[in-house]
Amino acid sequence: MSRFDIVSPEGLRVDGRRPPELRRLSCRTGVFAQADGSAYIEQGNTKCLVAVYGPREPSKRLLTEKGPTINVEYNVASFSSGERKTKMRKDRRLMEIASVIKQTFEPIICYGQNVASRSEIDVNIQILQLDGGALHAAINATTLAMIDAGVPMRDFVCACSAGWYKDTALLDLNHLEESADVPTLTVGLLPKSGKVTLLSLESRLHLDKFQSVLELASQGCERMRDELDSTIRKATQELAKTAL
Amino acid sequence: MHISISRPVRKGVAASGDDDMDVDGQAHGAAHVVTPGEVITRDPAFAGGLGTIPTLDRSVDPTIIASVTGIVDRVNKFIRVQQLRARYHGEVGDVIVGRVSELGPKRWKIDFGGQLDGVLTLDSISLPGGVQRRKSESDELHMREYFAEGDLICAEISSRYRDGAAQLNMRGKSFGKLRNGNLVTVPSSLVKRSKSHFTTLSCGVDAVLGMNGWIWVRKHETMAEDQSIQQETNFNGQNDPLTEREREDIARVSNCIQALGQANNLINDSMISYTYEAALEYPLKELIRDEVREQIVVIARSELASAMQQ
Repeated sequence: MSRFDIVSPEGLRVDGRRPPELRRLSCRTGVFAQADGSAYIEQGNTKCLVAVYGPREPSKRLLTEKGPTINVEYNVASFSSGERKTKMRKDRRLMEIASVIKQTFEPIICYGQNVASRSEIDVNIQILQLDGGALHAAINATTLAMIDAGVPMRDFVCACSAGWYKDTALLDLNHLEESADVPTLTVGLLPKSGKVTLLSLESRLHLDKFQSVLELASQGCERMRDELDSTIRKATQELAKTAL
Repeated sequence: MHISISRPVRKGVAASGDDDMDVDGQAHGAAHVVTPGEVITRDPAFAGGLGTIPTLDRSVDPTIIASVTGIVDRVNKFIRVQQLRARYHGEVGDVIVGRVSELGPKRWKIDFGGQLDGVLTLDSISLPGGVQRRKSESDELHMREYFAEGDLICAEISSRYRDGAAQLNMRGKSFGKLRNGNLVTVPSSLVKRSKSHFTTLSCGVDAVLGMNGWIWVRKHETMAEDQSIQQETNFNGQNDPLTEREREDIARVSNCIQALGQANNLINDSMISYTYEAALEYPLKELIRDEVREQIVVIARSELASAMQQ
């Protein structure tokens, strides 16, 4: 018996949620005046800030025909988690997450008519507080910031995580659950077409359970889209009031 | 016999998924906002432009889907999504204010806040003195004397390269190096196309309203009668001595433009003038305060509204 139950006999998780519940979500766009687009998101106690610069003239001359270059810089603040960490110059882990995010967004940017394929988009992601689900919070915030910057995209990218414990699928895991040997699947979804652009699982999960975990995570993504969409809509309506 | 002239009709588009396009619907009321991935219409009669996902074959799938957030703008059967916040997407004929970022072979690279730097070739400027001739190698050697890195210039977009970069030109006596003033930047969507982007405001200050949202506010300049003399001054980056009064006026107008930008208000010469008049109530240094800026924009808006009624 561990110190605490991931799911209590009453069917509640450590933070008092039911298994298929998302954490409290709040987000806004246009946080920075200097960046072309920016967003701030809070999913439970995970807080993330993203600034997008571009599409702009590339700093280096790169020959790419496959659309604009996306440079992602992913940072976790040293004060973000329980233990204070001294930052390493080149953290492999952070660079890997950055490249995952880059690959998630590359195929969905529409270039050509609206965006010059030679241009460059810089994305700066800062995790301010870490309580599990940093990757999906970062992806959701990047989606908002990209849209705020006016980068043409085929669809929203919505991300959400889900895990499996005993007989139940859990949605949107927090830090305690992630660190307690619950296999965590992070899904990045294009909700309109139902396409999956990201699927990341770092521990083992039985194949029989995979379907239900994926389904729950996808439902979480759908729900996330509604929230992101209404945030964007509200911000745009606000701008439209005076600008037209 | 009644003869009607067919002209472009701008109308909002009916709500998404609605196959019945209502021509007169949504013309008033809340703006029709779309987000990326949203279906604008499934009617094959329409064509999608900027801000929609390009489709290869419209006969197979006639759906028009938005790729950016913005307001649906429709001219007859042509649909595009007008963005309210985005980097400047230059269009041919736009007057822009930019900064020289790089010198290349026979060309200057101009940064004007667009997606890519604009290109100003040596061939597309008229040399000092208004001489029209083929540019020689010696002209190429003197390029940095005309425009060096960091110089602010004003030019016009003449065409686009295939990669999307804008080609600029400077033919005309109003284009050239900018001096005697300062630069204010606002979101590019707030500057609307108008008859002239070189305006003299009622307060005796000139403004160059760049379509890219960069606005140059300067001392009033009288154009020289002789075009060649005017062109000579267009290459001159030396500032004239400014009186304190002139400095104050320029600073006041700059602050007014910034206030309009912060309030996300449309920027044109009359709006700047109204804001300037409202700002005269306050001492100049007060204009950096946000509440004062909000106040003067509110007054200017009501002034404009009452002027529109008359």
